[in-house]
Amino acid sequence: MNRKGMTVLLPAACIFLASAVVVALASGSAGIPFRRILSIILEGKATPEYSILMDIRLPRIILGFAVGGALSLAGVILQGMFRNPLVEPYTLGISGGAALGAALCIIFKLHYLLPTMALPMSGFLGACLVILPLYFLNMRQSVLRMQGILLTGVMTSFISSSLVVLILAISRTEELHSIVFWIMGSLEEPSWVLILLAAVIAVACLFLSYFFAPVMNALSLGEEEAIHLGIDTERAKKQLFLMASILTGISVSLTGIIGFVGLIVPHFVRIMAGYDHRRLLIISFLTGAGFLIFCDTIARTVIAPIELPVGVITGILGGSVFIYVLSRRLLSGRSGGVL
Amino acid sequence: MINITGLACGYGEKIVLNDIDLSIKKGQFFGIIGPNGSGKTTILRAITRLVRPVRGNILLDGTDITDLHFNEVARKVAVVSQNMPLLAMTVREFVLIGRIPYYKRLQFFEQGSDVAIAEKVMEMTGILHLQESLMSEMSAGEVQLAFIARGLAQQPSVLLLDEPTSHLDITHQAGILDLVKRLNGQEGLTVVIILHDLNLASEYCDSLALIDKGRIKKAGTPEEVLDYRTIEEVYKTVVVVRQNPLSMKPFVMIVSEEVKNKCEKGS
Repeated sequence: MNRKGMTVLLPAACIFLASAVVVALASGSAGIPFRRILSIILEGKATPEYSILMDIRLPRIILGFAVGGALSLAGVILQGMFRNPLVEPYTLGISGGAALGAALCIIFKLHYLLPTMALPMSGFLGACLVILPLYFLNMRQSVLRMQGILLTGVMTSFISSSLVVLILAISRTEELHSIVFWIMGSLEEPSWVLILLAAVIAVACLFLSYFFAPVMNALSLGEEEAIHLGIDTERAKKQLFLMASILTGISVSLTGIIGFVGLIVPHFVRIMAGYDHRRLLIISFLTGAGFLIFCDTIARTVIAPIELPVGVITGILGGSVFIYVLSRRLLSGRSGGVL
Repeated sequence: MINITGLACGYGEKIVLNDIDLSIKKGQFFGIIGPNGSGKTTILRAITRLVRPVRGNILLDGTDITDLHFNEVARKVAVVSQNMPLLAMTVREFVLIGRIPYYKRLQFFEQGSDVAIAEKVMEMTGILHLQESLMSEMSAGEVQLAFIARGLAQQPSVLLLDEPTSHLDITHQAGILDLVKRLNGQEGLTVVIILHDLNLASEYCDSLALIDKGRIKKAGTPEEVLDYRTIEEVYKTVVVVRQNPLSMKPFVMIVSEEVKNKCEKGS
């Protein structure tokens, strides 16, 4: 048996997350050494180091935790629901809608009116505008058609990215710059309220998703089998789809498009933990959170003071680690995909 | 146990089954036979509510199945289906999935009683020693046993099997069907089974229904149903029906075109 149980994986995921948090707290241009972190926090507000830790680094860590966890959770839910390992939170066009919303917001200069709220809000509205037709188009016969949703989602994604390119083509240089930077994704977010809101929603969804864990286990055998096991699959799929949409919508509207987390983390965890969603959900959440915090630390330190888009790091790092793990599995004669 | 009256159903606009009347009694070993595409699987799908009836109804223990929740159906009827998605999960995990219909609202993990039931059914089906093997790395016969074990973990009163012996050699064919027959005799499990092999159907089933083009062509004991004229008409194949000397059940033999031509010339 190559798979490890909860007793090994859960502590391992917690340790990974904790070390990512500690490394993130200790890294940066200010050069605060490891040993001093605790004493600085205990000493209180007086020092500049305290404000670097608590006002600059901590918000990014919490947002990384929320978004990394949310995207991974949404990835697990969607991959399980569609029984397709290539589905990720962005496949459904939610990110495209959010990008379009944000681009429109920048073009119409709404972010001058409401400095902190305008971009996330228009991103979220854009995401909703994509999800709702997707949902209702495929719900007419009270049956949520999986293939239909997937295809409509991919097409909406294309349409919205074309519209974003159109906006880019006709916008002026400074707007172009802000739009591109928004799309590339970053954990920079000035509003504590939004950060905490994202964290609360992500953790609440993690909690809620456990009510669906047996359902998702049954669904992983296929829809027919799930019905044979007494699952009302139509209702379950609608609820799961909405939950994944909320998680993705919140993440995208706050941080822009951070790719690969929702695709790679669930895959990676599935290789380690097997099919069982009661393990997958929590371990993916924790691993995803740790992974994004870690990638963000690299993104802002590797060629400091210039900050790289965190999506670049998640793609390069996540992709290479994944190929390495997959090739080792293939070499040892095990099948690669678990789905 | 299961009473189907005037059932018509299908997929979307296309009606596959028409005027189906079937009565399956408690403890029966009921076989459904018929050519490919005749609608055998659709009958099972109608019983498990995968397909909604357009006309007619299906009563399960006297209750119309459309009035039952999916969960309630799953506690009474378990399905061993034809298409087998194989995941990298262990046999034990797979069999425990059969306990899902009994999960309470806030229950995420199986309880001791669920594990005990899973172990019991794995022992009954003879796969307890394989419980830590991965489903994706087992032989077809073992996989089929695991599917039956999962069905039994649902503690059903009816077991529906959709061609459980296709792709298996005769050792496993007999093994699977003997097991199901034992469960039928010892545990009083009602069995509804779709079989392609007319001889297996004849040997094992108490009662048969022959489906042709979405309608019941003939129903009754194997002796009544497996008449050479009926089979030739439905399957468009020349056959000879004799009796198995030991079980005294009808035995269907195919006549090849070459032999048929020779016989025609001879006469």
